[in-house]
Amino acid sequence: MKKYLIFLLSFIICFCSLPFAAFAEDEYFTDEQIEYYKNLGLQGTTVNVYNWGEYISDGSEGSMDVISEFERLTGANVNYTNFESNENMYSKLAGGGVSYDVIVPSDYMVERLVDENMLLELDYDNIPNMKYISEDCQNLYFDPEQRYSVCFNVGTTVLIYNTTMVDEEPDSWEILWDEKYNGKVLMFNNSRDAFAIAQAILGKDFNSTDEQDWVECAQLLAKQKDNVNPTYVMDEVFNFMESGEYALGVYYAGDYLLMSENNEDLAYCVPKEGVNYFYDAFCVPTCSKNKKGAEAFINFMHEPQVAYENSEFIYYRSANITVEENEESSLYGSEVVYPQGDFESQYFKNLPQHIIELENNLWTQVKSGKLSFDNELQDEKIYTECAVIASAIVVVVIVKAISNVKKKKDQDLSDLYD
Amino acid sequence: MKKKTTFVSKLYTLIIFVFLYAPIAVMMLFSFNSTPSTYTFGGFSLHWYKEMFTDSAAVKSLENTVVLAVATALIATVLGIMASVGLFNSKNRLYKRSIMTATNIPMMNPEIVTGIAMMLLFVFAGALINKSDVLGFWTLLAAHVTFAIPYVILNVMPKLKQLDMHIYEAAVDLGCKPYKAFFKVVMPQIFSGIITGCVMSFTLSLDDFIISYFTNGPNFQTLPIYIFSMTKKRVKPDMYALSTLMFVVILVLLILMNVAQNRAERKGKGDAE
Repeated sequence: MKKYLIFLLSFIICFCSLPFAAFAEDEYFTDEQIEYYKNLGLQGTTVNVYNWGEYISDGSEGSMDVISEFERLTGANVNYTNFESNENMYSKLAGGGVSYDVIVPSDYMVERLVDENMLLELDYDNIPNMKYISEDCQNLYFDPEQRYSVCFNVGTTVLIYNTTMVDEEPDSWEILWDEKYNGKVLMFNNSRDAFAIAQAILGKDFNSTDEQDWVECAQLLAKQKDNVNPTYVMDEVFNFMESGEYALGVYYAGDYLLMSENNEDLAYCVPKEGVNYFYDAFCVPTCSKNKKGAEAFINFMHEPQVAYENSEFIYYRSANITVEENEESSLYGSEVVYPQGDFESQYFKNLPQHIIELENNLWTQVKSGKLSFDNELQDEKIYTECAVIASAIVVVVIVKAISNVKKKKDQDLSDLYD
Repeated sequence: MKKKTTFVSKLYTLIIFVFLYAPIAVMMLFSFNSTPSTYTFGGFSLHWYKEMFTDSAAVKSLENTVVLAVATALIATVLGIMASVGLFNSKNRLYKRSIMTATNIPMMNPEIVTGIAMMLLFVFAGALINKSDVLGFWTLLAAHVTFAIPYVILNVMPKLKQLDMHIYEAAVDLGCKPYKAFFKVVMPQIFSGIITGCVMSFTLSLDDFIISYFTNGPNFQTLPIYIFSMTKKRVKPDMYALSTLMFVVILVLLILMNVAQNRAERKGKGDAE
């Protein structure tokens, strides 16, 4: 008995004693920076950070482990946790019972949090690195007076295509409706981004509060389902585009770069109808218990070295101007990430509740094919399928019954012989 | 005729096993891939296993998950044994039956209902004691122990029913104190049930997502939640390595458990003879 307990324990110990990344010598920061963070008096305090998954340089492949560097410089303890969508982060905050110090909502979610008084005003004296934030990432529509947020990353959606399968050079979202590419199209599995494409084509406002607009867009998306039967994906888009199975896809600009590293045949375009511009920003929610630590963390994230490491990891455009100017950056001069010239773009804003409900409703209908024009055809298909299965079952039952009867007969005969 | 049916049934079993284990096999294969691709195998390497340990957030989550699972297994097992012994010895049949039904409810209840109910309870209790950041390790532990206890009872109860109570009575007759008699006579006989219950609550706690999702807080994140949050970017192959490692460890645990059970049963039989 003891033996097994020892076995069990040894396994548990194996798990617990995983090695930790050892602290490196100071390869990143100047004495001045080290001094600054040391004198903040954050030693022994706790900073709870709530960020998107895979949205910070985490020390893999020789990159900087941003969280432990911050802990090393300030002496504070960081609890780092992740969310996967703005809505889930919101419900966690609204549910109560938690205290986060730094959160990273997207543009429309910042607006909603401001509207509902869930954010604290920042003290920019504690965030001197605000000077590095690019002009066009300040005083944005969701925070016009720049009181609540510090922009982290910026990006757009783009159209990605495989040059071996698409001969033309697309310049419009409409190619996603082209029957030539039936079964070869990848579409957002996210109602807001998918609707934005339809809205761009129809020339509508992304944040329309007119229900008729949304219905029209849903019909357009339903037509796409009829024409090309797109596969609705989120991060699976990486595998599908890289493997060359699909001709067309939509995703975020920085991610196109990651894909094209693995498949040279991929190209992108910024459709003429317009794209969605998104911002992710650092904020401090009202449930914070260590605002000073939170501000220090936000400031730290915009130290030029840290912002550079993060952008190397995330591949989105950093709001930090020093990254864009850094020639060592692998994004340096990239036109996808730093789009040049004029192009149509719109932002997402917070939608009223009834529009959000309508949108979700319509989106489910689009995906399930209920809005399709060949609805009856599909019904027929289902009926025939059911009929085939039912007849197959009947045949099996009959065959079984016949064989049973035969067996019985054989037995009867054998009885006779006996 | 007879041969044919055995072939068909063998094929059928094979297909079932392929469907069950092919995904895991593919994941294991690609955890040894030298490139980050998930559709072409670039060559054998242990790169992602090395990579896994440098990802501090993943390692921290793994550590949290294991600490939580071990604590859950220990507490749930102790509480579960006490509950089953108490129930077994109770004379009132109505009471016994109603309590058994009540303990079975958490197993049947949809996890999402349990999760949300737990979260509301914890937040409410937190508000009562004026603590605004109540969600964390302790709430997670309470939630996990709650859903693990019924499984322990489910495993220990039948063993108690099989037990010959006269042996225990004889031990007490011969001057053994009741608690000593329990540890010397009853425990060894129900030991295989205890181990099964313990390992079950360990694995259940290890892979629980829904309840953890609602009851976790900023200072404690488990591995399933970490992996789930990777949907904005792609899931990195070092997660395959991690999952492979966990699969192997659980497999070994299950094998050990089976061996232990077999030994215990054989020993029990030997004693009886």
